[in-house]
Amino acid sequence: MGRYVIRRLLQMIPVFIGATLLIFLMVNVMGDPIAGLCGDRECDPATAAQLQKEFGLDKPVWQQYLTYMGNVFTGDFGTAFNGQPVTELMATAFPVTIRLTIVAIVFEIVIGITLGVVTGLRRGRPVDTGVLLLTLVVISVPTFVTGLLLQLLLGVEWGWIKPSVSSEATFGELIVPGLVLASVSLAYVTRLTRTSIAENRRSDYVRTAVAKGLPRRRVVTRHLLRNSLIPVVTFIGTDIGALMGGAIVTERIFNIHGVGFQLYQGILRQNTQTVVGFVTVLVLVFLVANLLVDLLYAVLDPRIRYA
Amino acid sequence: MRGATHAKWAACAAAAALAATACGGGGSDSGGGDGGAVLSSSWGDPQNPLEPANTNEVQGGKVLDMIFRSLKKYNPETGAAEDMLAEKIETTDSQNFTITVKDGWTFSNGEKVTSKSFVTAWNYAASLKNNQKNAYFFEYIDGYAAAHPASGSQTTDVLSGLKVVNDRTFTVKLKQKFSTFPDTLGYPAYAPLPQAFFTDHANWVKKPIGNGPYTIDSYTKGSQMALKKWDGYPGDDKAENGGVTLKVYTDNNTAYTDLLAGNLDLVDDVPAAQLKNVKNDLGDRYLNTPAGIIQTLAFPFYDKKWNTTGSDKVRTGLSRAIDRKQITETIFQNTRTPATDWTSPVLGEEGGFKEGLCGDACEYDPAAAKKLIQEGGGLPGGQVKITYNADTGSHKQWVDAVCNSINNALDNDKACVGNPVGTFADFRTQIGDRKMTGPFRAGWQMDYPLIQNFLQPLYYTNASSNDGKWSNKDFDKLVDQANAETDTAKAVEIFQQAEGVVRDNMAAIPLWYQNGSAGYSERLSNVKLNPFSVPVYNEIKVS
Repeated sequence: MGRYVIRRLLQMIPVFIGATLLIFLMVNVMGDPIAGLCGDRECDPATAAQLQKEFGLDKPVWQQYLTYMGNVFTGDFGTAFNGQPVTELMATAFPVTIRLTIVAIVFEIVIGITLGVVTGLRRGRPVDTGVLLLTLVVISVPTFVTGLLLQLLLGVEWGWIKPSVSSEATFGELIVPGLVLASVSLAYVTRLTRTSIAENRRSDYVRTAVAKGLPRRRVVTRHLLRNSLIPVVTFIGTDIGALMGGAIVTERIFNIHGVGFQLYQGILRQNTQTVVGFVTVLVLVFLVANLLVDLLYAVLDPRIRYA
Repeated sequence: MRGATHAKWAACAAAAALAATACGGGGSDSGGGDGGAVLSSSWGDPQNPLEPANTNEVQGGKVLDMIFRSLKKYNPETGAAEDMLAEKIETTDSQNFTITVKDGWTFSNGEKVTSKSFVTAWNYAASLKNNQKNAYFFEYIDGYAAAHPASGSQTTDVLSGLKVVNDRTFTVKLKQKFSTFPDTLGYPAYAPLPQAFFTDHANWVKKPIGNGPYTIDSYTKGSQMALKKWDGYPGDDKAENGGVTLKVYTDNNTAYTDLLAGNLDLVDDVPAAQLKNVKNDLGDRYLNTPAGIIQTLAFPFYDKKWNTTGSDKVRTGLSRAIDRKQITETIFQNTRTPATDWTSPVLGEEGGFKEGLCGDACEYDPAAAKKLIQEGGGLPGGQVKITYNADTGSHKQWVDAVCNSINNALDNDKACVGNPVGTFADFRTQIGDRKMTGPFRAGWQMDYPLIQNFLQPLYYTNASSNDGKWSNKDFDKLVDQANAETDTAKAVEIFQQAEGVVRDNMAAIPLWYQNGSAGYSERLSNVKLNPFSVPVYNEIKVS
């Protein structure tokens, strides 16, 4: 197990370097970021040159990348164009997005898996068909439509919630945005669980458990669910990364000042430091989440052993 | 009135959270302003640090407008430059100015505003090493080239044209005659700065200190700024509310929704998608007033195809092929007005706005357009590509509409196509690298309400915003002449002659004047937008 983890951690290094390099190059080919700083006019050449020097943009790209990576390893992610250190932006944005992700994941696990188990156990019944139809609708409607609709209905028409999230972004405020963010994944989780449960329900060990006279609850939770959860855990694990980085739409609709907003603004303003910094952290989150998922397999299914 | 209750709660919550002021005004108190109540307003994250000479966009400008007062202030209604901190600005030759600062002004930290507060601030702004993006504002002052050389390193940190005479007086020597120079001094870049700005810069930027009607109570970068009325403010334009809470919104649609739900008091950027509903939603709580912004199509005069004799006819033809009226009505819901000159209605007739100066050249006439383009030798390469940045605003919609209009007028489906560029920065890079091959989007938001500001930076040879690199000796001569003219009325007249040169060459196609728009909640009254499309916060009354 220990050796496996070390091997996986070592594998992360090339993935990490490759990903950051790609992002760095992509942001760089978008043109000169200084040109966008002066509004609808040309920056005066002397100031532009001075700014380029200050942000290190006058050096060749490979050199910029090396300097940047060197700084990253000492914990310095550079400075955004508004004079704020990127680490400061991260310190405000990541907690918000992490809260949002937690809310979304909780929804996925609680509602998604429950619905999946219910429908899986009652395959073909009206409940099953109903939920299947519902998930189909949720999957086919884009997130921004669900988001705007809920915002308008709950926020403006009925006045149940505030349409926008304040800068504190407490858990309470994030429930509706979290639900919107989770909606599509939630539908997938339901379908995955349903299929998996329905399949395993006919397997020998379940029949044995039932034959042993175990209570139904125990059969479902200990025997059936545990074995059926492997694909679901994989999905949810990779979804953590996707939710954190892919919340741009939801964050804009509900005025959440999280990672998605910072990335969006960074891209619009062509702020290399912000974009690369945030993406680097997101890459790390993806890698760690993936590793954790793989380790969870062993817990769920004792037959899986890592060496 | 669910909406109103909500608004009150939001304001109370904001005030309580920020420990700003107790939430004044009980529920029964309605009508009339409550001097202690705080209003909330939508905001965008300022792109640059909040230094006066480093802020060149409206979001940062909003804050500077509240916390700073300069020598002059532009009247929120007429746009006229009026003395604020200046007791008098005297000159005999339009080149050497003696400025006397009013007595009794202080910064909110108690420090006196003296002539030195101005001179050190201006020196800081002009000095190359300080990376101030508005440094070019000081280029007319003698000694700018030494403090801000075009290349190489600066030889001095101070402008030789600025001299402190005594505590309240300083002199300015310009490198050329510039009669309207005093009227430019209302721009925030010319604001005075307290000592703290220089001695403790890092902390100053975190929480700027100025001399305006508001002070900053708390500032959380990227999310919120709470401004409080400064009770000791010595000026006449004291704040008529207890303060303003600026909230950063990720999207202007969200801000608008928040306004409808009663969580926000003021939105100063009504999203284009909502323009159709805004009358229904807000009734007379919606403002749509002219702002000093004009949109034009500029041309790359460095490209030989656009710099031939006869190409002026092609440009005029294109101008006549654009149905401005229809586009402003259908796409912009009358929040923009067809342009008939190259300035803006906010200047007023005295200031140099002349309706119809463009004449026939801006009137939609497909037949004449066709004829003119034919006479001029046809479209270069058989097609024009209008380049624009697709990331902000509704540029795509109007560029497509302009192209449709041109295509219809010329009976040619391929006469005009849009050429989107992904980001604004890339758009600017391509313009800076002179890579334009056809007309491109050019917007101009005035720095100060003077006709000079609409002409010289845009069309003078090698001027800072002359993106098309247009150059015309007659125009340059007239502008020089107008700048040297001490009589304002005469100067304006000469500037209009120069504008005539722009028209005859069709150096840029004027499209439309842009309005500022805002919507507000029932709690507010006396809401106005100034010519810079920024709400006049200090005059807003909250009930």
